[in-house]
Amino acid sequence: MASQSQQHVVENVLKQAELQEKRFKTTEVDKALDVDLDLGNLLAVDPNPLSLKEFKQNRESFLTSLTRDNTQLLFNEIWKLPVERSDDVIIAKMPEPTTILPREKHVPKDKPMTRWEQYSKVKGIQKRKKSRKVWDEEQKKWVPRWGYGSKNDESRDWMMEIPDNADPYEDQFAKKRKEKRERVAKNEFQRLRNVARAQRLKIPGHGVKPKALSNKPEVNMAIHAAKQSTASIGKFERKLPKEPITKQMGKRRKFDPLCGDIKKEHSRELAILDSMNRKKPKMDVTRAVNKEIQETQASQQADKGDRRKGKSGKKTKISKKALPKTTKRKKGGNSKKTRRH
Amino acid sequence: MGLPSLHRKPKTQRAKRALEKRDAKITENTKKCTFIRGGNTSETVTRALKELYILKKTSGIMMQRKNMMRPFEDRSQLEHFAKKNDSSLFLFGSHSKKRPHNLVFGRMFDFQVLDMVELGIDKFTSMYEIKNAKCMSGTKPCLVFSGDLFETEHEYKRLKNLMIDFFRGPVVPNIRLAGLEHVISITAINGKVLFRSYRVSMKKSGSKTPRVELQDIGPSMDLVLRRCHLASLDLYKQSMKKPKQLKPKKKKNIKHDVFGTKLGRIHMESQDLDKLQIRKVKALKRQKPSDVKKDAEVGVETKKAKTDDAAR
Repeated sequence: MASQSQQHVVENVLKQAELQEKRFKTTEVDKALDVDLDLGNLLAVDPNPLSLKEFKQNRESFLTSLTRDNTQLLFNEIWKLPVERSDDVIIAKMPEPTTILPREKHVPKDKPMTRWEQYSKVKGIQKRKKSRKVWDEEQKKWVPRWGYGSKNDESRDWMMEIPDNADPYEDQFAKKRKEKRERVAKNEFQRLRNVARAQRLKIPGHGVKPKALSNKPEVNMAIHAAKQSTASIGKFERKLPKEPITKQMGKRRKFDPLCGDIKKEHSRELAILDSMNRKKPKMDVTRAVNKEIQETQASQQADKGDRRKGKSGKKTKISKKALPKTTKRKKGGNSKKTRRH
Repeated sequence: MGLPSLHRKPKTQRAKRALEKRDAKITENTKKCTFIRGGNTSETVTRALKELYILKKTSGIMMQRKNMMRPFEDRSQLEHFAKKNDSSLFLFGSHSKKRPHNLVFGRMFDFQVLDMVELGIDKFTSMYEIKNAKCMSGTKPCLVFSGDLFETEHEYKRLKNLMIDFFRGPVVPNIRLAGLEHVISITAINGKVLFRSYRVSMKKSGSKTPRVELQDIGPSMDLVLRRCHLASLDLYKQSMKKPKQLKPKKKKNIKHDVFGTKLGRIHMESQDLDKLQIRKVKALKRQKPSDVKKDAEVGVETKKAKTDDAAR
């Protein structure tokens, strides 16, 4: 009797399980080869070969069911992750992505320490953060330590005392401004030196940097100059098999023979003495004309600048090569690029 | 950076921050994508570009004008765009008689083109043609790659890597489970690459994990692999290099045996056990067998001597 009731109970349980199974669709997926999952990237890679037959029968439904299966596997794994709850939101903690993808930019190189940083490390000097504002007794208010409204601001000093040992006619304001400019320049120089050290560039301590050659004719000139800069003016320099011998490069100069035409020499010497004895200055016509052109153009540009109030007139920097040797090189203002004849 | 005179210090904090954002970093920003239209484009290509741009709205820049450019011949303009927009991914769309409905997916390393893959659109269905509810722009999509071509062919492997890079979005530490709405599936079958985009609806199931049902929202593209310019192995390896700070620190001298116990080794100098400095116990003193006998005799005698002395 008892066994019969037991049997009934077992049957009921099995029936209920069957009902439940029919109500909800399963979340299980069967695959021949395991699907590679990268949860950090929400990625599922299915290596199983696909049946072309099924695909050709009904493309879209095949793709949808394939994707659904793979997404189900991915979701099954995601739901196993540790979960946090905040308000009504359930958040899963994602692991690190496992697929190795190339970087956007290179790995940053370690910068070498600047001279100050090395010294402070050796001495154990700590960096102290300074406050932006400082209490000013005179004005009875908090003033910036540096910059616009500070104590050292140029716009503040309407009067300056001349120190005892200084020249009374010396411009103290100009002196102060000059010193500031020098300090700024020194700081900039040291910053650039640190930058150069960080990039391990070779910068000469004094003097001028060698010119960066930007095009083929420049390189040619440089090679030619280097070849000629020997004790025997390039006579015994090794040549490439088909290299042509150029006697002169750049501007061709002609020199008269030292002793030849006596009459020519005579007239030349007298002309020199003549120009030395002259009282009135000789007018250089080309120079005068160029100066006139520049002045008219400068005034025209100034008028244009007045008309366009918003825009500032473009200051073009002229290379020294472009200007003819006769014109005076003007600082500021606009001048037309004139070709050298 | 060449001469240090060109290295101008930024004058405002905002400029400084912007420059720092563009610098090479240990953990990088999300990759941005530039969408470029070529000299001649067809309606399919422009629609495809626009819809992919919507997918990548948060980290994507669409170029408004047409650019006469040939990516496979001259890469300088592409690199210039990448530098200006600080983007390391690009998608270039064009149309010509020889290559109709052409899309070039590409990525950069250090603003130099790393990989470029040219795909032709055979069939395109816009997302505006399929009328149903879509998911929000900017959600992180789930990516599904199917087909054994992605495992066997070298070009398809790289294409898979490129697509992951393109569509994965920002790398996040946490994710809202209800927000997993978007699935992008890329299938390689029959010599074609099929791009599909679905919306996820989670249904009740018997267990905690929901039953996933998908709905096609578009865009859906049937693509054909045309040309590709893939990076050489050593350039690729260089781009994958991980900075030292990110590599997991290896703890040395820790071993686990079969039972799971943690073991470590202690290294000692060589010791002479005879000369060890320990407490001396006479009973443990090592003696020669001849001495043992002598001691026994001597011990008795000495005892006797002592008692005699004591008696005196």
